[in-house]
Amino acid sequence: MTTTESPLPVPAVALRSEEEIAARVKALEAIMIEKGIMTTEAVDRLAGIYENEVGPHLGAKVIAKAWTDPEFRERLLADGTAACEELGIGGMQGEDMTAVENTDTVHNVITCTLCSCYPWPVLGLPPNWYKAPAYRSRIVREPRKVLREDFGLDIPESVEIRVWDSSAELRYFVLPRRPEGTEDLPEDQLAELVTRDSMIGVGRPLHPGAA
Amino acid sequence: MNGVHDLGGTDGLGPVQVEDREPVWHSDWEKAAFAMFPANFLKGHFNLDEFRHGIEQMHPAEYLLSPYYEHWIHTVEDHVVAAGVVDAEELEARTQHYLKNPDEPLPDRRDPEQVALFEQVMRAGGSARRESGRDPRFAIGDRVRVADDSPLGHTRRARYVRGKTGVIDLAHGTFIYPDSAANGLGEDPQHVYTVRFDAAQLWGEEAADPNATVTFDVWEPYIEKA
Repeated sequence: MTTTESPLPVPAVALRSEEEIAARVKALEAIMIEKGIMTTEAVDRLAGIYENEVGPHLGAKVIAKAWTDPEFRERLLADGTAACEELGIGGMQGEDMTAVENTDTVHNVITCTLCSCYPWPVLGLPPNWYKAPAYRSRIVREPRKVLREDFGLDIPESVEIRVWDSSAELRYFVLPRRPEGTEDLPEDQLAELVTRDSMIGVGRPLHPGAA
Repeated sequence: MNGVHDLGGTDGLGPVQVEDREPVWHSDWEKAAFAMFPANFLKGHFNLDEFRHGIEQMHPAEYLLSPYYEHWIHTVEDHVVAAGVVDAEELEARTQHYLKNPDEPLPDRRDPEQVALFEQVMRAGGSARRESGRDPRFAIGDRVRVADDSPLGHTRRARYVRGKTGVIDLAHGTFIYPDSAANGLGEDPQHVYTVRFDAAQLWGEEAADPNATVTFDVWEPYIEKA
């Protein structure tokens, strides 16, 4: 056999188009519906839970309560899962949660370099950037640069950056520092200042008036 | 396994791309892909560690370039075919059919009890914490080194911490051991610790971010006294 073509240096990979993926998923789903594994209703219900019910507004409630109730803050830092459960917050991918507190000397940020571990019950499902290779590869290696250049968050070198790589089944989230000038705000208004990014550690809570 | 999924410290993957006002779902197929995880988990077609191991076996180029939930489809498909639940040829035939007839509806089947079960499972979760009766070999404050060998099969022992020395900050009790559970060897619960590493220990003084640390959770067999 003669050929002028040189073999590819790695096995050929054909990336699927959006249409091909959709057809593949639909075929799998059809078989699973027939086999009693799932239903379209169950898909819609699960999707709806994370679209409308479970999201960072739940984590924000936890943070605002920790800012206003010192005893709750103590319980949250001692056992994140139990403290969240007091507020009726918990479930899949949050069975063992730990809150890590920002101070004037430590800034915390969470990641999962091996996959996409994230505390669903308090933050909802992770954004794509959290699951994508760029963040996972770089945040452990050059955290100050990633926070500054990719998220606009400047952490001075006098503050330790502590990156939590969620490599086991513990799920971490950040208890950010309470913004100045919020001493008179009630808990529900404080919760509106708490962003998803501030609980990942790639942002700060909003200032009053910006919410 | 030394896979491409083990991304910590890899260079050259570009800036973080943040999508403004990102929706929870980018398309309907993502919703179905997501639901296939609890649905098949409940049927015993894989455990969580086998699910992750399936993703790790994607071709590296495909892993890096494909949309996130396609990773889930890849591992779900591998496991249901291996379990004999789905026939690979039938799946391919149906895929071609839906590709030509994208608007054809899915089979209609109602199962209100299943919807309630899914809701209950998402709400209750399923902890990987297990009683073991084993005494911990290490304590908070201990200096430990991560063994630097390269196991075959699934492991959570990331390459960037192998051979590195850190200090135990937290002790969590015993959990399912993924190096066993993903490889068909049972749950074999082991103690889990949070180990804190100085950035300079991980990357060297010159490259390290000044005043930075990384905490990494290890199962006891990963570490030895330093």
